[in-house]
Amino acid sequence: MSDKSAATTRTGIWYEPDASLKRRYAADKRLRMYGVAAIVFALSMLAILVGTIVMTALPAVTQTHVTLQVELPAEAIDRSDPRSASYQKMLADTISRLYPEVDTPRELRELRQLFTNNAQYMLRDMVVADPSLIGQTVDFTFPMSDIGDQLHKGGIDRNLPPEQRRINNDQIGWYDRLVEQGRITTPLNTGMIFNADSRFPELAGLRGALVGSFYALLICFLVSFPVGISAAVYLEEFAPKNRWTDLIEVNINNLAAVPSIVFGLLGLAVFLNFFGMPRSAPIVGGLVLSLMTLPTIIIATRAALKAVPPSIREAAIGVGASKMQTVGHHVLPLAMPGILTGTIIGLAQALGETAPLLLIGMNAFITAAPDSMFNPSTALPTQIYIWADSPERGFTSRTSAAIVVLLGFLVCMNAIAIYMRKRFERKW
Amino acid sequence: MSATTLLAIVLTLSLIGYLWGRANAAALKKSGIGMHSIPAYHGYFVALSCGIPAFLLVLVWIAAESTVIDRLILAGLPSYVTDGIEGSRMSLILSEIKSVAGGRIFGTPDQAILDAAARYNVLRGTASLAMVVCALAAAIAGMAFAGSRLSAEFRARNSVDGIIRWGLIVCSILAILTTLGIILSLVIESLAFFSRVPVLSFLFGMEWSPQTAMRADQVAAEGAFGAVPVFWGTIFISAIAMFVALPVGLFSAIYLVEYANGTVRSLVKPLLEILAGIPTIVYGFFAILTVAPFIREWGVAMGLSVASNSALAAGGVMGIMLIPFISSFSDDAISAVPQSLRDGAYALGATKAETVRQVLLPAALPGIVGGVLLAVSRAIGETMIVVMAAGLTATLTANPLEGVTTVTVQIVTLLIGDTEFDSPKTLAAFGLGLVLFLSTLALNVVALQVVKRYRERYE
Repeated sequence: MSDKSAATTRTGIWYEPDASLKRRYAADKRLRMYGVAAIVFALSMLAILVGTIVMTALPAVTQTHVTLQVELPAEAIDRSDPRSASYQKMLADTISRLYPEVDTPRELRELRQLFTNNAQYMLRDMVVADPSLIGQTVDFTFPMSDIGDQLHKGGIDRNLPPEQRRINNDQIGWYDRLVEQGRITTPLNTGMIFNADSRFPELAGLRGALVGSFYALLICFLVSFPVGISAAVYLEEFAPKNRWTDLIEVNINNLAAVPSIVFGLLGLAVFLNFFGMPRSAPIVGGLVLSLMTLPTIIIATRAALKAVPPSIREAAIGVGASKMQTVGHHVLPLAMPGILTGTIIGLAQALGETAPLLLIGMNAFITAAPDSMFNPSTALPTQIYIWADSPERGFTSRTSAAIVVLLGFLVCMNAIAIYMRKRFERKW
Repeated sequence: MSATTLLAIVLTLSLIGYLWGRANAAALKKSGIGMHSIPAYHGYFVALSCGIPAFLLVLVWIAAESTVIDRLILAGLPSYVTDGIEGSRMSLILSEIKSVAGGRIFGTPDQAILDAAARYNVLRGTASLAMVVCALAAAIAGMAFAGSRLSAEFRARNSVDGIIRWGLIVCSILAILTTLGIILSLVIESLAFFSRVPVLSFLFGMEWSPQTAMRADQVAAEGAFGAVPVFWGTIFISAIAMFVALPVGLFSAIYLVEYANGTVRSLVKPLLEILAGIPTIVYGFFAILTVAPFIREWGVAMGLSVASNSALAAGGVMGIMLIPFISSFSDDAISAVPQSLRDGAYALGATKAETVRQVLLPAALPGIVGGVLLAVSRAIGETMIVVMAAGLTATLTANPLEGVTTVTVQIVTLLIGDTEFDSPKTLAAFGLGLVLFLSTLALNVVALQVVKRYRERYE
């Protein structure tokens, strides 16, 4: 009996928490829930961001093409100079044969709006590349215009009243006839990668931006990698601890946090204005990016050098190596995986950097890939900026597709960095 | 001969120098004399003495050549061309001379221009020839000097180490030079700006409309360059961003450090870091593609009028970008609090929440504050999100549904597509840049100090 009464008392003390304890546990649970809610919010934002961009990019994976049988009459094309012929007329004839009922100038213009503006030049290039086509009737495949592309991919709702869509009922009828005749195809949009920029979304591609970004990153690597390692080696291995080296250190830490646009102002005032370097050129972009990447590489290199145990240095010096030989033959090679990891991460940051490149003019409209690093060019992020500003519907999906390309590069670079860290990391 | 070929030749000469110096030393060694340094170091010494002077000479030459030639050409123009012309017109004349010199002649240029173009071509030819001669002379002189020093007792290793050491020092000074370059370029251009627009009317003026001040006589006109609305917009958008980032970042850090188990932590932390690795231009596009339309629809449903470039959209997206910043700094700060403090609190019967609120947060506060300050400095300097999603007109408003503009947006819009360098419009961008640089610098210095001192306290 006494046992039982003891148990009830215990229950009273331990298992029936009073009101204040309940409140305290509730507060604990609340904090925990806030934490979960915060993480769910952040991660769902990440998911929404990636999700919407990938979804918007999907239409740009393919490009709507149309195939027409174009007659290339031998008498209209001069074999010795096939460039001079009027391919516009040949195309116009072809289209008229397909649509004999269309004859007013207004309707003809609306009909032509379905096809890309540059079709005549593509036809010309095809003939110039293969003169044996002259005199034949060839299957000529070329992109639809933005509105044609949008209509085919469902970007334009044909159930809307005509005044609310950018395409009228006649144009939809003409397009439907092309579909019935099986002339419409949607091959993979290779132009997205291999074409340079264009005012017309159906022709615009990333080639110029990719080449420009490659040159800029190359310069950035060639400058910031050796300079960054040298600076870090000096500060970590050679520099005496005094006010001067303290100043350099504080300075490097602060440089890492200076807003990127300030580096753009520096590039504009120093590289363009003072040294007179060419505007919009990847070399200037690369130099500005290298100044931005330098602190990242220095900080990563110093961390990697610190991780090499002093016993390695002592052993080298013990067998008669000079300080420089110790560093060059032993410490640096051992620290190299860490340095390379930091460098790749720094370069990945540089690849996505936009603001400084805008200020040195790398947002110019340029319809050809640069031949060298001194020619005007765009870069991947500035190309995204240009396209995001363009009003045509087709550019929305192309902007997203360009972002997917950019993110793809970043993922690859970071994956390499993580792999190298895992693979070569040494615990001493 | 192009600079690349010249550099290739210098490199070849250095290689020859290396082989020659090494062979020389090897021969000495073979003759049985005791050497101080191994032959390879003799080779390095010759190669460095040959290559470095020539290489530096070419670099300086390339950097200075175009400026010097431009000055010479302009100085040589007859006075009737140059009289009463300044700055921007001058550079137009110069580019005309250059295009004529390059064979692209438009219309009928002045005889003086044609003469100048001819002289330009002559000067460029002379300059590139002189560069080749000087560089090769420097390379050969360096090699000869090094060769004269080679002997058995010569301490080649010490010399080479010394040279490399100087190279390392120069590289680490480059970081200081970058800062100096930033400060000098900002200050010089800002001084030019403030000589036309009074500092006080820039810092405290209430009206910002630089685009209307097209003519020189309009510049001093009342308040075209009053930057207060721009500063306000920056602060406002940053505040909205911190309003999103601070609670989310702090709560997720608390959860990850104190509540989550190892699996969740190792999964969620890298995912949050991804947010920090996404380029800001992507956030900008996300803001105009998804967030701004969403806020607009929501506002319309509530019967509110929402600007398409509302401060809420730009600030909110910027807040998402800053979440990993706050969370990783808070995470570090909370993890760094010694376990003994936690154990003490638990032993007194505190719940986890009470431990966090009354022990961990006060102890970790300096670290968290440092992280928050760094995040604020990020927000102030952030460019692409606001360029794409925030407004262009400077309005003084506290309504997050209206559009405001920021310092960085103004810098970009003032400088894009405008090469003219002495209009107050472009110079104003440098004035804004100086303010931006100084304010972020102050925030960074304070933040780094706070973080550093806090770290010392618990280590």
